[in-house]
Amino acid sequence: MQFNFDSTEPLYLQVAEQIEEAIFLNSFEEGAQVPSTTEISKQFHINPATVLKGMNILVSAGFLEKRRGLGMFVASGANGKIREKRQQEFYKDYILNLVSEAQKLSLPETAIIEMIKRGYEQNGLD
Amino acid sequence: MDSIKIAHLSKSFGQQAVLTDINLTIEPQTIYGLLGRNGAGKSTLFNIISDRIPATSGEVVIEGQNNVNNDRVLNRIYLMGERNLYPSRMRVSDIFQTTAALYGRMDMDLVHQLSSQFGLNIRTRFAKLSTGYRSILKLIIGLAVDVDYVFFDEPTLGLDANHRELFYSALMDSYAKRPRTFVISTHLIEEIANMVERVLVLQEHHITIDETTEKVLNKGYSITGPTADVTAYTAGLNVIGHDQLGNLRVDYVYGQLNGSRPIPDTVSISHIDLQKLFVNLTSQEVATFEN
Repeated sequence: MQFNFDSTEPLYLQVAEQIEEAIFLNSFEEGAQVPSTTEISKQFHINPATVLKGMNILVSAGFLEKRRGLGMFVASGANGKIREKRQQEFYKDYILNLVSEAQKLSLPETAIIEMIKRGYEQNGLD
Repeated sequence: MDSIKIAHLSKSFGQQAVLTDINLTIEPQTIYGLLGRNGAGKSTLFNIISDRIPATSGEVVIEGQNNVNNDRVLNRIYLMGERNLYPSRMRVSDIFQTTAALYGRMDMDLVHQLSSQFGLNIRTRFAKLSTGYRSILKLIIGLAVDVDYVFFDEPTLGLDANHRELFYSALMDSYAKRPRTFVISTHLIEEIANMVERVLVLQEHHITIDETTEKVLNKGYSITGPTADVTAYTAGLNVIGHDQLGNLRVDYVYGQLNGSRPIPDTVSISHIDLQKLFVNLTSQEVATFEN
């Protein structure tokens, strides 16, 4: 897990995102225990209450589950749920930004579609 | 467990006012960052809370009782101060023992564990310790002593980067295991920013900010763009400072933005970190007192 802190977003959201990313990349597998708030707090020098607040977002989203007396575990199906969520956010996070930047650069729609095709071809060749 | 309430506290040294009408409640089980320029009066405030020096007026009430000469409540707090209160020939191990006896309880396992992690030889006499190891000795006591309020005045003075990291980890571990209040004054703001729940800013003899870190950060903005557009956008807002590079201007704002005012395409807005915020808030201030 790698925390890249910036100041533009509340810390607890960044904690939630980093753990989510680790689940998505299978660094924390489904059914496995995730590090405790104390461990994360100690390693990254973050207030434990902030870490807990971040984790609780993931509990609400159904990515993590609390097991009483044991700790936090990656919920079964978490990986699929994260993928689904990110697919839904793809349009807002990537496409809208892409279109807005393209308009600033006066790139027409056809040129962008061409570039997307080129990107797919290049990735296919790699 | 109760809070520490500071009411109408003022302190002058001769003609020189250092603290003026400070009103502040320090809550249990909370980590505070006390920020202030050199000479702002941070150490003076700590020294008055722990009854090492008297206030000129006002009072400090700990767990419902006035702190002056009150061993019962003073025993609930520990101040790791700048001053070195130990006899120079005393060995580190004896300092630990004496402090443990004075406070009644201290986690000696933690003392030995931290001493070995920091490489502090407990046979050494106090006078032989470097500045860094004097800090280490005192911060080990601060983490191990069984009190409800710990005041760390520049705890990392003279510590190298590795030792500072070790201290922050030990602090988080200790706090998670037994939540209690830590008030930390430091100039290394970025290093403690993610650990502190509340921020206190001491400025021009007053506490000017007393809020959760999240709220403070939420109110800090940088507005970047061409000078005319930026100044038009920030007119009437609480601009606390600016940077200028040719025609490119950055205004730093603390407080609400004007939600009804459209943001020009040429202007970008983002949040700023605690250190940048502090520097801009306090850059006008002239340090008037050194102790």
